Amino acid sequence: MYIALILVLIAAGSVLFHFLSPWWWTPIASNWRYIDDTIVVTFWITGIVFTAVVLFMAYCIFRYRHRPGRQAVYEPESKRLEWWLTIVTAVGVVAMLAPGLVVWNQFVTVPDDAAEFEVVGQQWQWTFRLPGEDGRLGASDIRNVTFENPLGLNPDDPNGRDDIVVIADDLHLPVGRPVKVLLRSVDVLHDFYVPEFRAKMDMIPGTVTYFWFTPTRTGRFEILCFELCGSGHPYMRGGVVVEPESDFQAWLGQQRTFAELSLPNDGEIVGAAD
Amino acid sequence: MVDIARGPTDLVPPAEVEDAELYHPKSWITKYVFSQDAKVIAIQYSLTAMAIGLVALVLSWLMRLQLGFPGYFSFISPESYYQFITMHGMIMVIYLLTALFLGGFGNYLIPLMIGARDMVFPYVNMLSYWVYLLAVLVLVASFFAPGGPTGAGWTLYPPQAILSGTPGSGWGIVLMLSSLILFIIGFTMGGLNYVVTVLQGRTRGMTLMRMPLTIWGIFTATVMALLAFPALFVGAVMLLFDRLLGTSFFMPAIVEMGQFLERDGGSPILFQHLFWFFGHPEVYIVALPAFGIVSDLISTHARRNIFGYRMMVWAIVAIGALSFIVWAHHMYVSGMNPYFGFFFATTTLIIAVPTAIKVYNWILTLWRGDIHLTVPMLFALGFVVTFVNGGLTGLFLGNAVVDVPLSDTMFVVAHFHMVMGVAPILVILGAIYHWYPKITGRMLNDALGKFHFWVTFLGAYAIFFPMHYLGLMGVPRRYFELGETISLQESHSLNAFITVVALLVGFAQMVFLFNLGWSLFRGREAGSNPWRATTLEWQTPDTPPRHGNWGKELPVVYRWAYDYSVPGAEQDFLPQNQPSPVRSG
Repeated sequence: MYIALILVLIAAGSVLFHFLSPWWWTPIASNWRYIDDTIVVTFWITGIVFTAVVLFMAYCIFRYRHRPGRQAVYEPESKRLEWWLTIVTAVGVVAMLAPGLVVWNQFVTVPDDAAEFEVVGQQWQWTFRLPGEDGRLGASDIRNVTFENPLGLNPDDPNGRDDIVVIADDLHLPVGRPVKVLLRSVDVLHDFYVPEFRAKMDMIPGTVTYFWFTPTRTGRFEILCFELCGSGHPYMRGGVVVEPESDFQAWLGQQRTFAELSLPNDGEIVGAAD
Repeated sequence: MVDIARGPTDLVPPAEVEDAELYHPKSWITKYVFSQDAKVIAIQYSLTAMAIGLVALVLSWLMRLQLGFPGYFSFISPESYYQFITMHGMIMVIYLLTALFLGGFGNYLIPLMIGARDMVFPYVNMLSYWVYLLAVLVLVASFFAPGGPTGAGWTLYPPQAILSGTPGSGWGIVLMLSSLILFIIGFTMGGLNYVVTVLQGRTRGMTLMRMPLTIWGIFTATVMALLAFPALFVGAVMLLFDRLLGTSFFMPAIVEMGQFLERDGGSPILFQHLFWFFGHPEVYIVALPAFGIVSDLISTHARRNIFGYRMMVWAIVAIGALSFIVWAHHMYVSGMNPYFGFFFATTTLIIAVPTAIKVYNWILTLWRGDIHLTVPMLFALGFVVTFVNGGLTGLFLGNAVVDVPLSDTMFVVAHFHMVMGVAPILVILGAIYHWYPKITGRMLNDALGKFHFWVTFLGAYAIFFPMHYLGLMGVPRRYFELGETISLQESHSLNAFITVVALLVGFAQMVFLFNLGWSLFRGREAGSNPWRATTLEWQTPDTPPRHGNWGKELPVVYRWAYDYSVPGAEQDFLPQNQPSPVRSG
């Protein structure tokens, strides 16, 4: 008997928790508002289904609880009812899947004007590379990795000489410009994720993976590794600073290129990035 | 046309299988230890699974202590934390849920519910259990091995699983993979047995479309497991070669902590495909027996025929088939070809339709029923709520683009615990309350059972429902501690709350274990059919059933398993083996 009442309380409590609790996503800082919208649509559809199912269950338990003399109705099946429920369910599924696939198509289609930059993961730190004045990233190969060349850039590739390499420091990005993130790893799986950007992708040794987004809000955001990468996984953090174009260009001017970093007997210690 | 209700069945001469054909035990050892009786093997499987399950329960307490109160417990290091979560996950999914549903309930219920004397291959059945036990012992050995068990996460993704940055990458991972290989060998022996027994061992009149849904669920899950486990087997063998022989099936060129490894050309993604080709069907390998069992619990305790039996059978088969073409929805952000997302999101959401039909039919069975709120029924109702909740959050994660922000967050942890942790375990508990009287001849204590239900059900909901919102905030899974990240600071109070509730729910399981032991001696005598159920296992001449199950003659089946509250019948149930010709009303 109590269970009917408690089921009503569970349905009501879950809805109240959803609307009143302080635990909700962080304010978005990228173009992926569509992802948030799809989540909200999904919450509405699934929330209505959940509440309706639990409340109807509670009604049945209360209305048809055992009392002396009650007999259940013998009715093996009802084709009409079952078909109706199947069709209604299919419509609800399509209502969630269709916008989902449309947005997924945007997610996998990188705009032509997206600027490329590279993120490289290794246990347990982030390194970044941006193209230099030529606007192109030079070739890289893991076999070139040395203490002075942690990204394994090809020293003979002229495109790579002017690449900006950022070690053990925040990445900077200009606000409002689409970027394609190229992801590499030199050891195990990692995953580049900034919760405010809503988009992530695994990094796989031996492969270059990618995704794209447009930063829409300035500020400093934290990068978290989102694929278990060993015992240092929770400490693999980094930062992204999103700033106006002029600030970004000023920052870029202060960074050192691959050619500068690989000069022998350079005063700075390049590899001490731990 | 199949007869779903009471079709006419010609009387047939009963029982051509002679009782004497079974190998009867001659000593205590062959009766209780190296037994070939499926019922004894079932109990061996169940007790072993529950014992290793207790280890997993304790591991979950340890990990919750760390998550709820980071920094308070100096004996939990990042390394040991990752070992706890890895072992907890693997034990629960493989060594507890799979073993208990198929090895435990499958062995006990298949012969009894289809009217057979035993499994068709009793000797292989016995071997299956002993290989399973060996797998469990190898797994347990990894706790005592140098370096401890593997901390690679239960998904064991290479290259990380076999490299030095991961705890247990020495002995731990080798023992884990060896144990999985043994488990699959043992399961294959048992699984072939269950399938052949269902196909060949049914008694006269027990057509496929008269089988209880419990058997349909276990049968379909076993067929799936026989097709899915080989993918894990291959993955485990190749990963073991990569670890022990230095091969490069899954290992590309790698610089580990400044050192070049002598590896090249392998693919880490290949392992993920193999793992999830097994891993996704595995979800349904656990879910389908639960679907079947809960259908029978609801029907029996609501005194009403299961609503839409044929649709229920086809839904089980459809879910089983579809579950083989959805695996890469675990890999939307793995770096595989992103265009796969369209296909796998579509197939994944299609599964929602047959699954929803099952939920509707459970509730429509309650509708216009005569609902007895017994302890098994309470657990069945708890299952429906948690399963609906966990199933609906699957629509978030299955929809590729929604999965992008949510993958690898606590939302995923909350989802899969609700849908394949809490929900199937509520069914297992309900099923134990339901069948314990047949297994032991005594009832479990009702008051303790109700206490156990309320703490477990409400507690589990209070743990996992709010946990989704941690994931929405961006709290990652598999984090030893969250550190200073500002956007995650608000999660601490909720994490502490979840830990306290988790400890309480764990305590309630101790009450359940006490009830199991206490009722064995002090429980009320059950009689042969305390729930007034229709299925064959309640119609045995002896309770508990003896070896051979049926005495001199096998039962003959005249009707489906759901003749409850038939109009005009004397009682509100008609056992499947009752021939009385009742006119349909």
